[in-house]
Amino acid sequence: MEIFSWLQYDFMKFAFLAVLIITPLFGLMGTMIVNRKMAFFSDALGHSALTGIAVGVVFGVENTNLSMVVFAVVFALLLNQISSRVAASTDTVISVFSSFSTALGLAILSKGGNFSRYSSILVGDILSISPQEILYLAIIFALTLLFWLFGFNKLMAVSLNRTLAKSRRISAAWMENLFAVLTALIVMVSIKWVGILIINALLILPAASARNLSENMREYHFFSILFSVFSGVLGLVVSYYVNVATGPAIVILASVIYFVTHIWGQRHNL
Amino acid sequence: MRKILKPCGLHCIKVKHLGVSLGQQVILEDINLHIHCGSLNAVIGRNGAGKSTLIRAILGETAHTGTIEFKDRENGKIQKMKIGYVPQTLNIEKQTPVSVYDMIASYHSNVPVFLKKSRKMTEKILECLKLFEAEELLEKQVCNLSGGELQRVLLSMAVMDSPNLLLLDEPVSGIDQNGMELFYQTIYQLKENYDLAVILISHDLDYVRQYADKVILLDKTVLRQGSVKEVFQSKEFAEVF
Repeated sequence: MEIFSWLQYDFMKFAFLAVLIITPLFGLMGTMIVNRKMAFFSDALGHSALTGIAVGVVFGVENTNLSMVVFAVVFALLLNQISSRVAASTDTVISVFSSFSTALGLAILSKGGNFSRYSSILVGDILSISPQEILYLAIIFALTLLFWLFGFNKLMAVSLNRTLAKSRRISAAWMENLFAVLTALIVMVSIKWVGILIINALLILPAASARNLSENMREYHFFSILFSVFSGVLGLVVSYYVNVATGPAIVILASVIYFVTHIWGQRHNL
Repeated sequence: MRKILKPCGLHCIKVKHLGVSLGQQVILEDINLHIHCGSLNAVIGRNGAGKSTLIRAILGETAHTGTIEFKDRENGKIQKMKIGYVPQTLNIEKQTPVSVYDMIASYHSNVPVFLKKSRKMTEKILECLKLFEAEELLEKQVCNLSGGELQRVLLSMAVMDSPNLLLLDEPVSGIDQNGMELFYQTIYQLKENYDLAVILISHDLDYVRQYADKVILLDKTVLRQGSVKEVFQSKEFAEVF
């Protein structure tokens, strides 16, 4: 069939598969990242990918993916700890640490004028994904689903009021740290395909659009995942025909959905 | 929640030598309380006296020294205490798609609220909302509730699995005069008709005078405790207020 002609290439098949895993995953995670006002947190995590790679380079780690993931998990837990201890507002604290780690990463990677080797991670390239890497995505997706099935209620309870959660014997620290680690893992595993510059948009936009329409958690999740998958698949196809980078195409579509739902929500008093 | 004819008066909660410190700073020290079921205990004190910290320590959120025991007075057996808590505010913004069902179920159910609505849970929640004439709020978004409505929803949630102790943290902010009156009447009826003790942090001395069985005047430690008359006429009370 003509409309599926873009699927005749292997790289498009893999990219399509990857999009089918990444987008529902991001739609799911985004709901709580937006609810918990962690947009800036996940953004900082994305930027820390550079530092993770740099740390790997400095210590001579062969697989910089590994150093990237490890660094991001440590960074996420550290940010959580510091923002719960320091009196300054959370976004200031995150900004300080994020700027420092990004600058450190850039400084190390640009030493000797070599930064261009790493610049592809800024924009990402989903068309270069391999089956092995799709498997990693699938594993992290399964983990997230498990966490959502067994931990979502508790995470939401903690977000609404920590003391109230405590009165129901729910451990706030555990839930918050688990969620932060999961966010770090997801961002790191997908950053090479989506790119540092726009990964946060993919996490935030579908959930933000869903909020424009939803009144409860079931609607919220349904719309968030729907918008995410829809803009992901359509973005991939459009980028193929128009010949632009896939990530930005997806984000542009997701933004359009946001504006449309925003207007629709206002008209209907949601 | 199980309704009873009269509180048995046989359960009690004993707080012994409770203390809380943050680094070098002592926030609470040597708090001793004896709370009976069927009594409304009001905690009063100036701002920063440690009232909210006391609640958080009883809930186990803040680390503390000393002991909190829940006892059957008849045989002195120590039991596990169930605590219902009504917070001051919720961390929720406008437009957040969390319905009353979602909120209550997230604390009380293991069925993931993003997946489906459990019928059993819905019935249980409705039953408790009815106690406070709030059953029509089930599907409303929590962020759109008025102060009084939210209060009734939080109360319903707090009494859902028949707590022995109900903790209320300055619950009357954002509620008009009528709502306040209604609120205190509801609490009064709760402690009259159900087998529980109430600890209430309050700023409104008029209502405390009218409804409380026992008053605890707090400033880092218990300055004075006893009946309304005893505390309100004490010199410690005069010094604080």
